[in-house]
Amino acid sequence: MSEDLYQEIILDHYKNPRGKELNVTSRGQSHQVNPTCGDEVTVDVGLNADGTLQVAYTGQGCSISQASASVMSELINGKTPDQAAPIQAAFMELMRSKGQSEPDEELLEDGVAFIGVSKFPARIKCALISWMALADSQIKAQLTTEMR
Amino acid sequence: MFDIAKVRADFPILSRTVRGGPLVYLDSGATSQKPFQVLDAERHFYENSNAAVHRGAHALAEEATDAYEGARETIATFVCAETDEIVFTKNATEAINLVAYAFSNATDKARQGIEVDQRFVIGPGDSIVVSEMEHHANLIPWQELCSKTGASLRWFGITDEGRLNIESGVIDSTTKIVSIVHQSNLLGTINPVREIMEMAHAVGALGLVDLCQSVPHMPVDVVDLGADFAAWSGHKMLGPTGIGILWGKSDLLNSMPPFLTGGSMIEMVNIDHSTFAPAPKRFEAGVPMVAQAVGLARACEYLTDLGMENIFTHEQELTAYTLAELAKLQGVRVIGPTDMVERGSAVSFVVDGIHPHDVGHLMDSKGVAVRVGHHCCWPTCRRLDVPATTRISTYLYNDKADIDQAILGIMAAQDFFGSAPRVSA
Repeated sequence: MSEDLYQEIILDHYKNPRGKELNVTSRGQSHQVNPTCGDEVTVDVGLNADGTLQVAYTGQGCSISQASASVMSELINGKTPDQAAPIQAAFMELMRSKGQSEPDEELLEDGVAFIGVSKFPARIKCALISWMALADSQIKAQLTTEMR
Repeated sequence: MFDIAKVRADFPILSRTVRGGPLVYLDSGATSQKPFQVLDAERHFYENSNAAVHRGAHALAEEATDAYEGARETIATFVCAETDEIVFTKNATEAINLVAYAFSNATDKARQGIEVDQRFVIGPGDSIVVSEMEHHANLIPWQELCSKTGASLRWFGITDEGRLNIESGVIDSTTKIVSIVHQSNLLGTINPVREIMEMAHAVGALGLVDLCQSVPHMPVDVVDLGADFAAWSGHKMLGPTGIGILWGKSDLLNSMPPFLTGGSMIEMVNIDHSTFAPAPKRFEAGVPMVAQAVGLARACEYLTDLGMENIFTHEQELTAYTLAELAKLQGVRVIGPTDMVERGSAVSFVVDGIHPHDVGHLMDSKGVAVRVGHHCCWPTCRRLDVPATTRISTYLYNDKADIDQAILGIMAAQDFFGSAPRVSA
């Protein structure tokens, strides 16, 4: 039950966040809040010389929102926009799955731990807030790929 | 006093299980549960007397009208008000908006040269006074009124303990209305509203009190509070959702422009202009919430039978117990008054290192329903430097065993998260 939601991977990312407050040359920034609870995440997106993405985030909120931001940053940093797009789509799909999907671990890595969260409607927004901020900052930075 | 076991037996939902265990409902500040007496009253109305009120020449229409107007009388008696001073609204939020829009609409009409009551005309140079512990429902309507009219918004700040800081000079001769919460839904603080209403009247301003968290939990005499308007909701006092109350002094209600317009609220209608019914009908456009009014009246009777003094005493004991038990936990800090002086039954707290969402989730896994978040009091949270809180809010059907289960839930959260990082503000 609680263990369903709070898998070890999630607790680990919460306690040891990756990619938080990284120094990036921001080309696009997005600040997202969850107005029902006050959770906040700011995501900055920049570009490396090789055309891969730099992603940094700051924020405060529950374990799910902060762990998700950490996983997001780990997954997306260093990927090209083309490589990032299917990962982003897969995470969205996972969160819509109500615990029913079999997520692609090759693609989502630690992100698969969030399958339990998708069973708790009140917590899905927590898991998505950083991914929403990422998508929005990519649009602002024009570093997005047309999704097909 | 009353027999808690007997009371609990009146609430069907309290016998259900949640997450494999008994439900421990500690979220009555958000909405109360309903006794079968209220559910039966609504059902009885639909099964026997359902019709649109104030129209139709048939027996059912008469019965429905009697039920609706009888409900108004019962609810008025419950708060020591006159019957025609009770306006039914969708909820407390709409009740407050109704008053804010009276200002807005009167001001618009005055600009057109239409004669209106000057007490409701507001503009640049005028002020509206609220407090830093208002629910968004008693804040945003006034922010909007200010942005439409050029009036300025002022507020009483709060102390670190969550008490109102009633500084002089906030209410002055520019003030047109003072709108203050009686009991804070986040902090539990009970405010000296009578004193504040006197300050408002001393400068010729009107006064509104938000009674959402007080009417369900303590005896309230709206006239004795000294306000001009009062707003509260039905669903927090054992009644149905979809019904709220605006109480207003008759002479004020009758000099306010209508809010929502249409059927039922008119006196005479021509193709190009109309006149309006006296209050309360002037504010009840369309077919109203009859079954909900019947249910709410039954809720008032239920509460009266138990005795509001008894309910208040019971909850005071329970709140003192809650505060004492929370004080025993390391790393738990109450947000709001920690003593029982002028304090109601909403108890907010934060747990070191664990975000309120996670605390609430772990409590839920023990069957304990609590509210987490900013409780529609975002400015209050900012002032007290917490991103959010977890809130235990009790009612007449709760007992110490519920609090004990909540404490176990908090301990489970502390246990589960172990050495989680501190929550940054």
